[in-house]
Amino acid sequence: MSRAKLTRPAAAEMDLKVVRHMARLAHLTLDEGELSTMGRDLSRILGYVAKLDELDTTDVPATTHAVALPTAWRDDLVRPGLAHEQRLGNAPEPLGEGFGVPKIIE
Amino acid sequence: MTTLCDKTIHELGALLGKGEASSVEATRACLLRLEETRHHNAYLHVDPKGALTAAKEADLRRAAGEPRGPLDGVPVALKDNMLVAGLPTTCASHMLEGFIAPYDATVVRKLKAAGAVLLGKLNMDEFAMGSSSEHSHFGPVQNPWDPARVPGGSSGGSAAAVAAGSAFAALGTDTGGSIRQPAAFCGVVGCKPTYSRVSRYGVVAFASSLDQVGPLSKDVTDCALMLEVIAGHDEKDSTSAAAPVPSYSAALKGGVRGLRLGLPQEYFIEGIDPEVRAAIDAAVATWRGLGAEVVAVSLPTTDYAIACYYLLCTAEASSNLARFDGVRYGRRAAGDLGLREMYGATRAAGFGQEVKRRIMLGTYVLSAGYYDAYYKKAQAVRTLVQRDFAAAFATCDALVTPTTPTTAFALGERLADPMTMYLADVFTVGANIAGLPGLSLPCGQGSTGLPIGVQILGPHFAEATLLRIGRALELACGEDRVRRLPPRASARASVLGVPA
Amino acid sequence: MTPWEPVIGLEVHAQLSTASKLFCACSTAFGATANAHTCEVCLGMPGALPVLNRRAVELAVRAALALGCDVRERSQWSRKNYFYPDLPKGYQISQFDKPLAIGGGLDFASDGAWRSVRLCRIHMEEDAGKSIHDAAVAGTRSLVDFNRGGTPLIEIVSEPCLHSAVDAAAYMKALRQVLRHLEVCDGNLEEGSLRCDANVSLRPAGSATLGTRTELKNINSFRFVREAIEFEIARQGQALDAGEAVVQETRLWDADARVTRSMRSKEEAHDYRYFPDPDLADLVLDPNEVERWRAALPELPAAKLTRYQHAFGLSEYDARQLCLDARVAAFFEAALATHHNAKALANWIQNEVLRQDAPDLSPAYARQIAELVALIDDGTISGKIAKEVFTELSAQGPSPKEIVKRRGLTQVTDSDALGAAVATVVAAHPEAVVAYRSGKTNVAGFLVGQVMKATGGKANPKQVSALVIAALSTGRHE
Repeated sequence: MSRAKLTRPAAAEMDLKVVRHMARLAHLTLDEGELSTMGRDLSRILGYVAKLDELDTTDVPATTHAVALPTAWRDDLVRPGLAHEQRLGNAPEPLGEGFGVPKIIE
Repeated sequence: MTTLCDKTIHELGALLGKGEASSVEATRACLLRLEETRHHNAYLHVDPKGALTAAKEADLRRAAGEPRGPLDGVPVALKDNMLVAGLPTTCASHMLEGFIAPYDATVVRKLKAAGAVLLGKLNMDEFAMGSSSEHSHFGPVQNPWDPARVPGGSSGGSAAAVAAGSAFAALGTDTGGSIRQPAAFCGVVGCKPTYSRVSRYGVVAFASSLDQVGPLSKDVTDCALMLEVIAGHDEKDSTSAAAPVPSYSAALKGGVRGLRLGLPQEYFIEGIDPEVRAAIDAAVATWRGLGAEVVAVSLPTTDYAIACYYLLCTAEASSNLARFDGVRYGRRAAGDLGLREMYGATRAAGFGQEVKRRIMLGTYVLSAGYYDAYYKKAQAVRTLVQRDFAAAFATCDALVTPTTPTTAFALGERLADPMTMYLADVFTVGANIAGLPGLSLPCGQGSTGLPIGVQILGPHFAEATLLRIGRALELACGEDRVRRLPPRASARASVLGVPA
Repeated sequence: MTPWEPVIGLEVHAQLSTASKLFCACSTAFGATANAHTCEVCLGMPGALPVLNRRAVELAVRAALALGCDVRERSQWSRKNYFYPDLPKGYQISQFDKPLAIGGGLDFASDGAWRSVRLCRIHMEEDAGKSIHDAAVAGTRSLVDFNRGGTPLIEIVSEPCLHSAVDAAAYMKALRQVLRHLEVCDGNLEEGSLRCDANVSLRPAGSATLGTRTELKNINSFRFVREAIEFEIARQGQALDAGEAVVQETRLWDADARVTRSMRSKEEAHDYRYFPDPDLADLVLDPNEVERWRAALPELPAAKLTRYQHAFGLSEYDARQLCLDARVAAFFEAALATHHNAKALANWIQNEVLRQDAPDLSPAYARQIAELVALIDDGTISGKIAKEVFTELSAQGPSPKEIVKRRGLTQVTDSDALGAAVATVVAAHPEAVVAYRSGKTNVAGFLVGQVMKATGGKANPKQVSALVIAALSTGRHE
């Protein structure tokens, strides 16, 4: 449950190491050129969004939903799901009744 | 008959009711117009067989004296991020090329229940990320008014189809302006309902707390008719509102006498195209002439809305798009790859540049060490934006602003620097952040003939008020008698000797 | 060598006993063909959205109340983002900074001593699917089955307050008992409805700071809880003694090799990027409903255990047997209401009723059993005869009284009749008399047995015994 305190990269330039790490987290395979372009673009955008620092948000609560939403409930009833074709019809690798993937090595 | 597809839904309804036209004819007219305007690239998938079958059924219902309502037998089209069972849904992405939807979105189910004829799926910015419909894996959409210009985005295909007459109306989605801005660029009416007014079930999520489905139509009355069908509580969408749906079409008659319209000073700034400014001013003057009171208001956080928006929407998008991993559906990368390699290659090949950019930004914004500074900060700013609007609505019934600072820009003009594209959303994102309903309707044309849109924003669930205000402008400008059409269609009409 | 104190915390995941999943209407039934119970929601298809199962919340709240937690009126759903094939959306809907319940605790017995565990929190989350790597099924690939995906779970997080593997296993057993008793979870470790991860660290004995911990996974039996933790304590101890640092990592228990193995993947950085799930509103509970649930909570096993011992004088063993299952306890108390011989009923339930293939635990059957015991207690039949009657007994069938009457099984207590029977048997076994006289007093038992046989088991054994001994002692055998 660790959240660092308010930090921001000193310059708007995004470190290539950080870009690489984000690409890894997001599971996007980018080559060096793409990483570099991405870094530039992200720096540009982050430089712009830094203007939010001009707003004082001390004691301002966060909002997740713009409209008040009550808790939505559902009764504990079983309903039929998708038929076989609907479930597996779009699967890149249907394996019997399952979804095939490269072997998961733990 | 050739201009049947240029009629509005209510005009078509009248003809259908009198037996002077059939749904099949209307559908065929749209399909023909679609063929003629193929170069717009508005459609990604057309379903002539399904459409004509539905049209025939509607005609039979009508003949039996059992029409279902104003949308029965009316041909409409849907942005390609809404699932229609049995049809492809691509979100204009290579990732979902070939994906066949296994179920119907709730809005689709509602349209089908109303008897609407579904013509096909419309082109868009990939996964709804963009403001020009240039970020489509299947090529950009052209603005029907000028082939060298963008129709706006991300619901560019929806706006273009309605403007060109290849659909009587369309559904789009609006996360930061993606219905209203293309509506303004293409000279049609576009409405983003209040957040939670319309179900998101079966609509591919971009930013869950900002997305809303809404209609694009030829006039305000059609907009009301569409909205009446799609709005309402959905037990499958935990974020949908239980509030009852009023009769939006009945509310159109009200006029604006006694209503107070607020003009937020921060929206009337230097960067606006003078012709756009002039058109908005004229619209405001018209309303004033009709008896509305016009007051100045202030929305001090306007300048921060884009920054706030791009932090929130990219964060949510980075999470919403994580499901596209090539395991259960989607284009999996070929080759003998290990699991992580498969993920990385599938997503790198499947997503376009803009989508990747936003996923990366969103991942960063949520990541350890940056969450407080970015995401949490943006959520607090969101509260401030909402407070601004709430304060403004304490002094007026609706806000009037330009929908966009300029008319449609040129294809390719804003692709080099993502920020220039993002800044085009300056007048529209506020409504998404605050969950407010917004309506854009045509209010004039620039000297080059490009359409200009005026935006009306209201408090939560005030769609009826917005429609009423919009209808008043339409009537005053004579829009209900003569609808401006893009050059190609009207040229064709004059060739055939039918008044434009 | 520094004496190390183990510090252990358990994160227990329990599947809630609902019919449908947490956020969709698919069945949670175990054992179906792969992906038979899936829909667009639990398959993470584009456009699908979650809707909360009311009953799952009720069960989770009941568990939290029973464990003495502070149940929050308002809690929030968070997305835990990571990539794995069994996680269809690429995130798990869980609860992060605003969980359903905080605090709480559980008292339990471990190795004869009384222990207390403090809980940190209980939160709700959805389960992931299952990956199958068995070559027979998946060949060189892995296969994913999403039937389990979306099943409602509660995660019960304890404070790091356990100090031995034995205690950890005992705690988990006690927790399982509570959850089963509440009918919140069926606690089946083999089927995976109860799972635990253990956080283990060592610190110098007497120190207050925590050492570096490892997280142990793949523990699916109580024995493994103990073995895996014991192994890990030893492993860490050795490392620390050798001056090495303990690496913070996740380790898998290898049940065949009986070791824990590091599963830390070099590339996987676990930044879960938690944020509030925008597809779900806050979970807001109605305080009145929570109070109703609290009032309806069954008596917890620990309290029942104490009560059975104090109020009914049962042994701890017997009390424990009855408390294991809420329905058995209810059966016992229903029987007790008819006939108040707790010890006898406890014996009958354990030794006869529960030994049946599919024991009937209905109140009607309980009353039958109680009546049977009452007949023994008032001398109408002997214990042996009662066992015969028992075989005929059913909830809806004739009462024990009726069966005894119909079969003429009433105990014979008439001293003349018994005297005659005894005399006959003693006369038939002169060698037994001699044996008895020469000190082999146990032949009396043999003769009693013969009398019982001769009377078709109906003689009152106590009287017969007395008569036999009298006959043997006086030597009369007319």
